Amino acid sequence: MAADGLTYTIVDTANMSTAEIYGKVLCDLAEKHNDIVGLSADLAKSTKIGQFAAKFPDRFFNAGIAEQNMFGMAAGLAKSGLTPFVSTFAVFASLRAAEQVRTDICYPKLNVKIIATHAGTSFGQAGTTHHCTEDLAVMRSFANMVVIAPADGIETANAVIAAYEYKGPVYIRINRGFDPFLYEKSDYGFQIGKAVQLKDGTDITIIACGAAAYNAYHAAGILEKEDGLSVRVLNMHTIKPIDEEAILKAVMETRRIVTFEDHNIYGGLGSAVAEVIVKSGKACAFESVGIPDEYAIIGLPEDLQNYYGFDQNKIIEKVRQIMGKDFEQTEDWEDEV
Amino acid sequence: MPLSQQELKQLNEKACQIRKDTIDTVYWAGGGHVGGSLSFTEIMVILYYKYLNIDPKNPQWPDRDRVVLSKGHAGVGYAPILADKGYFPKELLKEYNHTGSILGMHLDGNKVPGVDVSTGSLGHGLPIAVGLALGARLQNKSWLTYCIMGDGECDEGSVWEAAMAAAHYKVTNLVTIVDRNRMMIDGPTEEVMRLEPFADKWKAFGWIVKEVDGHDFNQLADAIEYAQKEDKAPVVIIAHTIKGKCVDFMEDKYEWHYGGLDSEKVELAKACIDKHYCEM
Ligand SMILES: Cc1ncc(C[n+]2csc(CCOP(=O)(O)OP(=O)(O)O)c2C)c(N)n1
Ligand SMILES: [Mg+2]
Repeated sequence: MAADGLTYTIVDTANMSTAEIYGKVLCDLAEKHNDIVGLSADLAKSTKIGQFAAKFPDRFFNAGIAEQNMFGMAAGLAKSGLTPFVSTFAVFASLRAAEQVRTDICYPKLNVKIIATHAGTSFGQAGTTHHCTEDLAVMRSFANMVVIAPADGIETANAVIAAYEYKGPVYIRINRGFDPFLYEKSDYGFQIGKAVQLKDGTDITIIACGAAAYNAYHAAGILEKEDGLSVRVLNMHTIKPIDEEAILKAVMETRRIVTFEDHNIYGGLGSAVAEVIVKSGKACAFESVGIPDEYAIIGLPEDLQNYYGFDQNKIIEKVRQIMGKDFEQTEDWEDEV
Repeated sequence: MPLSQQELKQLNEKACQIRKDTIDTVYWAGGGHVGGSLSFTEIMVILYYKYLNIDPKNPQWPDRDRVVLSKGHAGVGYAPILADKGYFPKELLKEYNHTGSILGMHLDGNKVPGVDVSTGSLGHGLPIAVGLALGARLQNKSWLTYCIMGDGECDEGSVWEAAMAAAHYKVTNLVTIVDRNRMMIDGPTEEVMRLEPFADKWKAFGWIVKEVDGHDFNQLADAIEYAQKEDKAPVVIIAHTIKGKCVDFMEDKYEWHYGGLDSEKVELAKACIDKHYCEM
């Protein structure tokens, strides 16, 4: 039984974009919980919080194109005892209104849920003004914030429900459009802060989030079949608090870790994983793949996943490259404890 | 100066062509912000074909007038004009939104010749335009800065922060035009977030307001020439327009803020545009 008694399958959500699934789940939650209110900044239609707005017009506030005011109002609504769900594009939630989110929402640990769409390079054709490859870094640096990058629509459903049940600020970043389904149903034990092991393995661990998780899972299957590699895959849906235990276990059991994410290589999933590895003091080969420290090119999201190295083929290539390095012979693998 | 019949004819021919190029670009791009790209056509055409002091052969010419298209989502309406002016080959429009293209949904100042500022995040343009104009004034440059905004965009606080600064610093080498099509994404501006009394707001911030029919070249010409000369206070031209202008099935429909067009709709849209100009 999933949290809040709500469960979803790919049958209920067939032909729905990830954001549409969010809209549906929010409506289902709001039927049961009348403390839920919604806000958007002229992006109700695009982020699909509009589904909630249509059903509960009295509980929805469109701020107009004014994100800073919207997050300020959300802070006030939360202070009054309500539970605001706020939706705009990731770039505006994490950058335009960053200070309102930090000072007005995170500092007092208010119960505001930010569901930000069009994250990463999923709005690829829109260019730099709309790409958002910084939000994980920004949000992760705000104390009290929980940061989640769900792998698909089903996991988004879980994340939205878990966010409601958790008391405090939560940032969930989802993609524009349709994500291929990694999960068929929502009852796989989603828990904030706990990675999902999609596949066990002993040679190398792939840690991925968002769109890269699906690609990693399928890449691992091919690496096993074609290369005889035993690849562990962790879907690290929660970037903060990061699942240290799963990372440390991967360090000890596979000694090689590579991360994939739709985000600048600085500050996101790769950085969060690296911090845990370094703290452990254990030897571990490590690479992180994402958008290099530059502004992404214009293009279709699927092309950009390939261009920046986190589609299925590029993940396979990367793992082969790492496995081809014979550091085991040259490095002393005895940990100095 | 009123426009001559000859001039008016030429401007209308351009507007007709640019509107049709916009429709084609939406098709090639696989979708675009078509509504707001058809409402500002006369504004952009009169600027680019009558007033701007620019040299498309030399996009970085230091003395050029600066254009800040603050409603940067109207790229499918802007790019055909830049191509027609010769900033880049028209053929590039066919690659609009394609992977690796310089042309994306919002025109990028780092990539597209003729574009001074990477806009698309609403509310950024006017502050930058005020800075450009102050910079020109401080350095005794005679070039002007033109800033084109959406009306929904004026919900952003930064617009009013810039408005306050422009009046405070008496920035008069700036021409600001708001495309008042009364529509944004989620609905009509007055339903989503009321702007009225819009002109009074600008006046209260210390601006001179000129309200015109934004599809009437003569009225636009009068207002732009007034704004160019005015030296006591910043001037905003509130251009009353129709979102989706000239395409019957788009006119005044916020649902057409962004949309895609199949080849059938492309033909239908172009037929509407032709009909509109024939009747003129
Ligand atoms: C800061 C910011 N918030 C939200 C958006 C998403 N957005 C793109 S266009 C648009 C509506 C713009 O309406 P308006 O300014 O009236 O433009 P027009 O009607 O001329 O197209 C919105 C909300 C954005 N580009 N920037
Ligand atoms: Mg408008």
